[in-house]
Amino acid sequence: MFETLAQFLHMDGYGLYVWGSYVLAGLAYGGLVWHTVSRHKAIQKNIQAP
Amino acid sequence: MFTRFANPARFDQIARTCLPWLWAVAAMAIGCGLVDALLLSPPDYQQSETVRIMYVHVPSAWLAMGLYSACALSGLMLVVWKHTMADMLLRAIIPVGAVATALCLVTGMLWGQPMWGTWWVWDARLTSVLVLLFQYLGLLALLDAFDRPEQGSMAAGWLAVIGVINIPIIKYSVLWWATLHQPDSLSSIKRVADPAMPPEMIRPLLLMALGLTCLSAAIVLVRTRTEVLRRKLQNKSIPILNAEHN
Repeated sequence: MFETLAQFLHMDGYGLYVWGSYVLAGLAYGGLVWHTVSRHKAIQKNIQAP
Repeated sequence: MFTRFANPARFDQIARTCLPWLWAVAAMAIGCGLVDALLLSPPDYQQSETVRIMYVHVPSAWLAMGLYSACALSGLMLVVWKHTMADMLLRAIIPVGAVATALCLVTGMLWGQPMWGTWWVWDARLTSVLVLLFQYLGLLALLDAFDRPEQGSMAAGWLAVIGVINIPIIKYSVLWWATLHQPDSLSSIKRVADPAMPPEMIRPLLLMALGLTCLSAAIVLVRTRTEVLRRKLQNKSIPILNAEHN
């Protein structure tokens, strides 16, 4: 099982490039969603304040 | 027709209806796309496992160009009709487009190093996409470069409209010049019907493209709603500020 997982992560020697791309995409879109939603919530809270 | 939908209250109503669907489709398509891209799809006979980078790189490139076209359309509506909703949409789209363009360039470099043996070449496709990133950054800078925000919006609107000339240059750069970058595999409807890729590779590509498009649309809608609220808050606080001054 560990061998299969290691093989999957290794990606025929290109693991760093493939996983690097997906991690970067996750960070980029994740960061964008987090920034967008947190800013929206902060402004919503401000507008509801008396 | 635009004026009918460009009312902030009506926009808010439409955004509220669309947002749950967009988030749901994005989550499902990206979830299925990731499983397909990383587990189910086969490696390429030439590119080996690095072909999996394409399932992030190509949708990012499509989004970078699509979002810039949306910027140019908003910019046109802003400079012609000076509509507030177009200004708010322009402000919401620019950061999302900049992220998609940066991601397209970085994932392209991560693919280029093992396949071409270099991170970067100054060929027409790569250079024109780098110019697109600079255009997005220029738009971001212009928005806040003036004391009066409406001046920044107008300047960004003009730049977005003029800069749209780069979109056909990016699209056709691989045909007009001899580039290291390969031509598009799904460049037209005819190519989609008879593509240069097997269906097992088109499926994760289209799933990821659908997911990232819905995610970007949801982000743009939320950012536009935030901008509407921010301006409402600004208008609400001005009388208080004036009262404090008096």
